[in-house]
Amino acid sequence: MATVIEPKLAQPASQAQPFLAYKSLSPLDLALRRFKRNKLAVVGLVIVTLFVFAGLLAPLLAPFPFDRTNLLKPFLSPFQDASHVLGTDNLGRDMLSRLMWGVRTSLIVAFIAQGFSLLVAFVLGFAAGWLGGWVDLVVNRLIEVTASLPGLLFQIMIMVLIGNGVLQVTLAITILSWPGLTRLVRAQILTLKDREFIDASRAIGASPLSISLRHLLPNILNPIIVAVTFGIPGYIGAEAGLSFLGYGINDPLPSLGKMVGAAGEFLQRYLYMAILPTVTLSLLVLGFSFFGDGLRDALDPGSERA
Amino acid sequence: MARYLTVRIAGMAFVLLMVSFLTFMIMYNTPGGPFDEKEIPLSPEAKANLLAKYGLDQPFYVQWAKYVWNAVQGDFGYSYSYPNQRIIDLLWTYWKDSLLLGFASVAWSFPTGVVLGVIAALKRNTWIDRAVTVFSLVGVTLPLISLIFYGQMIFVVWLKWVPWGTGRSLTQQPFSFWILPVILFGIATVGSLARYTRAGMLEVLGQDYIRTARAKGVKWGGVIFKHAMRNMLIPLITLFGPTLSNAITGSIFVEFAFAIPGIGRFFLGSIFSRDYPMIMATTLIGAVIFTVTFLLSDIAYTLVDPRVRLGGKK
Repeated sequence: MATVIEPKLAQPASQAQPFLAYKSLSPLDLALRRFKRNKLAVVGLVIVTLFVFAGLLAPLLAPFPFDRTNLLKPFLSPFQDASHVLGTDNLGRDMLSRLMWGVRTSLIVAFIAQGFSLLVAFVLGFAAGWLGGWVDLVVNRLIEVTASLPGLLFQIMIMVLIGNGVLQVTLAITILSWPGLTRLVRAQILTLKDREFIDASRAIGASPLSISLRHLLPNILNPIIVAVTFGIPGYIGAEAGLSFLGYGINDPLPSLGKMVGAAGEFLQRYLYMAILPTVTLSLLVLGFSFFGDGLRDALDPGSERA
Repeated sequence: MARYLTVRIAGMAFVLLMVSFLTFMIMYNTPGGPFDEKEIPLSPEAKANLLAKYGLDQPFYVQWAKYVWNAVQGDFGYSYSYPNQRIIDLLWTYWKDSLLLGFASVAWSFPTGVVLGVIAALKRNTWIDRAVTVFSLVGVTLPLISLIFYGQMIFVVWLKWVPWGTGRSLTQQPFSFWILPVILFGIATVGSLARYTRAGMLEVLGQDYIRTARAKGVKWGGVIFKHAMRNMLIPLITLFGPTLSNAITGSIFVEFAFAIPGIGRFFLGSIFSRDYPMIMATTLIGAVIFTVTFLLSDIAYTLVDPRVRLGGKK
């Protein structure tokens, strides 16, 4: 028998200094290190943190209630009045407060919609990938039908049926956006299903539930986390778009899309009314997107597919 | 092939049936009806007559079955809001602009995205690569309403290069009017295509046969066009179908911002006036476009990659 050839490891440093102690790096350390290398991702994380902070604490931090009108002070430009730092809108409502509440609305809709999608994706994706057969067939047909619907037009129809509101928008967005994640979960399960460690745990009598939770879930978690982060900007954009068209959040709750739409009338003279929500919306989605990009580098190295 | 096509077309028929059912169900359950006249109150008898004429007094499943039966024969009926106008004619009138917009934007953005992606992959880790990567990330992420706003601010309000929309059809507009909406509508496609192509290209360039070709002395140009690009074609074809069908059904924001009379804006009007046949026909044709482009891209696989055989038998 030929001797087993050991793969040569390049370790010139350790040979030169045999007693140099290496701090062992956990996968988390490595991920953090990869994340920090991506400057944009760090910027994204800062933006996301700021916006989540401002959005969640809007009820406490906002200088005015979002619907407090002041008809004596309409159309104040930013930095003109000390009490309204970012100015006021056509009804004299404080822009800064409305922006904070708008961010809050965007985040709430995006997170709940993503949560719903994830739930559907886990249930249907696991079932289709693990059970196969007719379950897979039914799930695939469902995906096919949903993907064939003209998305935005159909969402508008749903909104007309169920009326405007936070939960309603969330529902209308989720109904059409679950197939992407479901496909991802299903594909991941399919590739894992026939691996030896799954066979082994089945052989020692593990129940499907424990295999799912202890073996499948941890293995598909990283790509899912990345997809979920990348999905958030899409949900934020969808909500903004529907609200812009008037089929989204109901009055008087502010939404960034609705603010952009409402400013259209005053575009010629009061440009800031449109610029502020548009820039806020852009920063918000870009923050999540850059953050997601860094997360992918960190958690899912090797895959560069979006 | 014939068997494969039969199965696929049966699948498409099922999808379309479901789409029509869902649309019908939603509209049926939405409060309000097409003849709830506000400006001209109808006598109860006249309204009952109208409802009977359009079959709206019949139960849900009868209406739906009748609709499907007629639609299968190519008869989409007449519009409620524009009596005496066939749905098909209305669709053509209003979809024309959306089609033009969609085709024009895909025509420039798809190839641009691919070229940018290839360049980024070849210049990996240089400033060019980083610029393309950041651009495509931004392009994919920014919502269309923000993009349109920035574009209009810069080119319409500030530089005054482009006039505001006039509400006329694209066919009656000068070329200069086309540029801005077509470019803005295509940016997201450039971004996603550049990302995809870059990733796919990097994967292909790492393969052994590329090294072999290089070792044989094939020049880089030859390697990229003859070896790498051919293998990139499959994912690109997969993307082309959905991209095109999104472009010709999803231009509603661009239509709004540039006052283009396209199907998106018309659809909102149809929903508002509960013009059921019009709504049904719009979602159905949207679904037809999606499923047909999907099937065509599957068929196109076989032309590009002889290893792919439709029907699943090797």
